[in-house]
Amino acid sequence: MTDAAELRRRTRDLLAAHPVATTERTAFLGARFDAGLAWVHYPEGLGGLGAPRSLQAVVDAELEAAGAPDNDPRRIGIGLGMAAPTILAFGTDEQKRRLLRPLWIGDEVWCQLFSEPGAGSDLAALGTRAVRDGDDWIVDGQKVWTSSAHTARWGILIARTDPDLPKHRGITYFLCDMTDPGVEVRPLRQITGEAEFNEVFLTGVRIPDSHRLGPVGDGWKVAQTTLMNERVSIGGMRIPREGGMIAPVARAWRERPELRTHDLHQRLLTLWVQAEVARITGERLRQQLVAGQPGPEGSGMKLGFARLNQEISGLEVELLGEEGLLYDDWTMRRPDLVDFTGREAGYRYLRAKGNSIEGGTSEVLLNIVAERVLGLPQEPRTDKDVAWKDLNR
Amino acid sequence: MTVEPAQSDLLYTEEEEALRSAVRSLLADRCDAATVLARTESEQPHDRELWKTLTDGMGLAGLLVPESRGGQGATHREAAVVLEELGRTVAPVPFLTSAVIATETLLACPDDDAAELLAALASGRTVGGLAVPFATAPGADRAPVRYSGGTLHGEVTGVADAAVADILLVPTADGLFAADTGRDGVTVTPQTSLDRTRPLAVVTFDGAPARRLAARADTPVRLGLRAGAGLLASEQLGIAEWCLAETVRYTKERHQFNRPVGSFQALKHRLAKSWLDVVNTRAAARYAADALATGSDEPNLAAALAQAYAAPVAVRAAEEALQLHGGIGMTWEHPVHLYLKRAKADSIGLGTAGQHKEALAELVALPAP
Repeated sequence: MTDAAELRRRTRDLLAAHPVATTERTAFLGARFDAGLAWVHYPEGLGGLGAPRSLQAVVDAELEAAGAPDNDPRRIGIGLGMAAPTILAFGTDEQKRRLLRPLWIGDEVWCQLFSEPGAGSDLAALGTRAVRDGDDWIVDGQKVWTSSAHTARWGILIARTDPDLPKHRGITYFLCDMTDPGVEVRPLRQITGEAEFNEVFLTGVRIPDSHRLGPVGDGWKVAQTTLMNERVSIGGMRIPREGGMIAPVARAWRERPELRTHDLHQRLLTLWVQAEVARITGERLRQQLVAGQPGPEGSGMKLGFARLNQEISGLEVELLGEEGLLYDDWTMRRPDLVDFTGREAGYRYLRAKGNSIEGGTSEVLLNIVAERVLGLPQEPRTDKDVAWKDLNR
Repeated sequence: MTVEPAQSDLLYTEEEEALRSAVRSLLADRCDAATVLARTESEQPHDRELWKTLTDGMGLAGLLVPESRGGQGATHREAAVVLEELGRTVAPVPFLTSAVIATETLLACPDDDAAELLAALASGRTVGGLAVPFATAPGADRAPVRYSGGTLHGEVTGVADAAVADILLVPTADGLFAADTGRDGVTVTPQTSLDRTRPLAVVTFDGAPARRLAARADTPVRLGLRAGAGLLASEQLGIAEWCLAETVRYTKERHQFNRPVGSFQALKHRLAKSWLDVVNTRAAARYAADALATGSDEPNLAAALAQAYAAPVAVRAAEEALQLHGGIGMTWEHPVHLYLKRAKADSIGLGTAGQHKEALAELVALPAP
């Protein structure tokens, strides 16, 4: 049994064998992975020790105190939050051994090739085709909203392998090598001026069958693991009071009394209350997870977070008055990191508009809450038992 | 300014869940909607028999009182759980007014003077009340009653549950006094109240004999009202939960256009938003209860935050419940109006959300222009 004391001991052993001051960053991260201290709830040999997930905090605290480098989780969020748990759940031993170590260290960045121009909220309607050719699959299609595609070595990909089946049943999940000559990544410029996302064109991309994840035709089920983990990772963060979007508004209010009006004051207080309650709700959710009592509350976190970010950043632009008429920089760039609260108020306002679209639109998430949490009946469906090729698209 | 929030336990303990089950099953037996509705139209809107069972039988009036002083030695966390259940049934009992507000006020008085009264309230056999308008926010009381010539003089309007109070705690400029409502010189006149499950009354003191409990009334009264405001959020949570659960149940059963009406997205989205409100309110209410219980945190902020958030949520949940029930929700027979009236009254009781936001503005240094 690996308990907190044992993890503390192992972490100190790691630090003793690989002193932070004299060990190169990637080498340290590799040693940490090999010691099973990367993600302690993963199995031995794959960066973990099969310990309870909640004990990761013990390791992280020791390493932070020692000034050890981290794996820059913001840069490799899709790998850590979505690809890794899916590979762990559905991958072959060979896939897990080959892929998880460089993923966690950050040597290999991952992106997600799910959404398509014709398959957004209705992701299962996707049309990218994968056709079997000997030991390979030949993939053709177009993906969109792909962050990190320009830095990624790998992409998690879902494609249609049987158009004659109803849409949820003809999909297969692949691991796509982004260096394949048939993969073309084009920046997709957004309303903020920058290109945080990409369009990915797949033309005759050859994926070996050994890079398939899960059985043929089971891709929708495999993708559920990916999407579920996306929502868990969004809910799991711990935020200090006045962390996040409310911070710059509260600061401006305190430092610049000349901007204050009564109307703005009322709205600021209302949003401050909502942001603080959302923070406490997140903390309660975290306590539930630590106590081993996960509830459905997590499904709602992103909904509240999206609305609050939008309203707060909108208030901030208005509070700034004349300055709110300006924008820091419209130059087209391709940022490596996404920071919703980074840059200035105008950017925050525009970027927050995406919060209610990315990772599931708020409208779809409300349906999910209504149906899965409250048990309300589904809308009548016309697409469930029809072959994908016969759907109106 | 960075305020580092303390760690609080936002979950329910096993003991708290056991307490909830006991209270819930008692209320299921004794406090169904039809009973409550019938009682609001009777001469005795309060359910004294139910109060007797909750207090004599279960000791709930003494939750906040230490065992050494005749109580159960529990905390605001347990009282909050009881209030969730009482809110869920809009139970017409003076728990909030006697076992929380009056009791917390007495706990802030010097031991000797308040001891006997505190033990009496903790038993539940004596019902206490704080003689201030129910709309009073913590720190906003005005003390309209005078103490002169050894007796009390003046009138207080809108006193919640005064009709069942045996003892009233009366703030004056000369301190906090206890007056027996059964004595000459005290008149309690019921008012026609929006929420008949927590009826209000005008209390008139005309040379009423009284005993001084504290030389200054401001701190005990403020602490009593603060505990009331913080824990009222748990009652509001119970109201919102009932409204949501009942509406979900109804919209699954009610068919129009050959479908359950709950399958229409227009309704589903509204119910999903109500659910999000409830999830958030539970966190805010637990935060306030824990802050009041441990005292180590920041109860002023937590209570104001909880009221600023929970008051509009309960009102919205009840208004949504009424609308999504359609015509049946507009009838006297259907219980949703009991919850709407309680929620609306609670949104004024112990200070409006706006008053609590003003308090927060000061507490977190976001001053008005």
